[in-house]
Amino acid sequence: METRNNLKYSKTHEWISLEGNEAVIGITDFAQNSLGDIVFVELPKTGKELKRDDDFGIVESVKAVSDLYSPLSGKVTAVNEALETTPENINTSPYDNWIIKLEMSSSKETDELLDEAGYISFCEQEE
Amino acid sequence: MKKTALYDEHVKQNAKIVEFSGFMLPVSYSSIIKEHEAVRNKAGIFDVSHMGQLFVSGENSLSYLQHLCTNDISAIGTGKVIYTLFCNEKGGTVDDLIVYRISDSEYMCVVNAANTEKDYEWMKINNHHGVLVKNLSAEYSQIALQGPDAERIIQKLPGIASLPAFFSFITVSDMIISRTGYTGEDGFELYMKNEKAPGVWNSLIDAGAEPAGLGARDTLRFEASLTLYGHELTEEISPVEAGLSYFIKPDKITGFIGQHSVKDILQNRQRFLIGLQMLERGIAREGYEVLAHGQKAGYVTSGSYCPTLGNNLAMALIDADYKDTDNFEVIIRNNSVKAKKVKMPFYKKRYKR
Repeated sequence: METRNNLKYSKTHEWISLEGNEAVIGITDFAQNSLGDIVFVELPKTGKELKRDDDFGIVESVKAVSDLYSPLSGKVTAVNEALETTPENINTSPYDNWIIKLEMSSSKETDELLDEAGYISFCEQEE
Repeated sequence: MKKTALYDEHVKQNAKIVEFSGFMLPVSYSSIIKEHEAVRNKAGIFDVSHMGQLFVSGENSLSYLQHLCTNDISAIGTGKVIYTLFCNEKGGTVDDLIVYRISDSEYMCVVNAANTEKDYEWMKINNHHGVLVKNLSAEYSQIALQGPDAERIIQKLPGIASLPAFFSFITVSDMIISRTGYTGEDGFELYMKNEKAPGVWNSLIDAGAEPAGLGARDTLRFEASLTLYGHELTEEISPVEAGLSYFIKPDKITGFIGQHSVKDILQNRQRFLIGLQMLERGIAREGYEVLAHGQKAGYVTSGSYCPTLGNNLAMALIDADYKDTDNFEVIIRNNSVKAKKVKMPFYKKRYKR
């Protein structure tokens, strides 16, 4: 399982890259590996307001449909539309293929995200 | 939870294991799509040891099977295989299966794993012919070798002097090898006692076959529009409705369980199984509602992304009112997504006859 130490993580297997007030969100290597071949991605509309733990989209593998959960509250400022035609890029390179960008509405919520070491031990318990 | 004789081989291959019909089985080894493509382009092997093997023996075996089966079992000689269904009295489907004629007085029925116990009970209750029915599923392993290279690979096994023709079988050192399968490709299904299974499995891998899991088995059968019990066929769905009338001989003089109901359904079909292609983004999945001009028309029985065809297709059971309709909508997460009726099979089968 690949992780990156400059990222934060959620227990629902999203990665979060924090830059000022912006959060860039994708799914982790662990998530793509458990899903298998991803063949469909449904993205939210730009401008959508999300509360923490809201579902914001869907990824479908050959076998399964999974919700995407927002690890933070905020407004969707951008979605990675390229994934609609090349969803398999999430399998190939999960950390280089962000899914949405959020303008965060609460800076406190980031304290509850896991760091790399915390996420690795969380995944070990899941297995 | 039961393990097949090949369980340790799957673990060694780093397979992702899931529970299926009470068995721990590999859903995939690396990627469902790669395994699917390996079967279409080269050859794959599947551990299908969860399937049931029910043996019928005794001098009245043929008349007994004629009574249970929709197809005409007398049509096959020794060494041949036939696809058939068991119907209930209402004309619904107890199971679909293939029957091997081992001799005039012995047959092997290969049934769906989830139905093995039910079928075994059904076969015992309906035994008014004095035959012996044995459930040897736990003793037998089953390996499916499928794909265009299957013919070359099978000949690497010791003792294979000649190959069986389509829907025929040979027996080589107690192993039954039939030219059958569930992928739409040429290939073989091998039945052997459990202790032989790991050796055969590894010989086939050494000869070039790639292990493939249940995930690819499902996408392959779906692309080839082969029905799957529990989806296109159930106790409430007649094989007539699922488009399998070819395997029903309604006028068979021996009669069969459900014959009168099946005849009624043939005369007055209430539902049709159709193929759908999604015209907008979205994958129709099992159970999703299908509409025609905003009216409920039926539901999806199986739906998937198709790796070889590269599109999103579905099979749906549609009310007879809509049998001539071409344009449908599938409800995906409360959104109506356009779909059009397409011919089945989606993928043209490449059997060698």
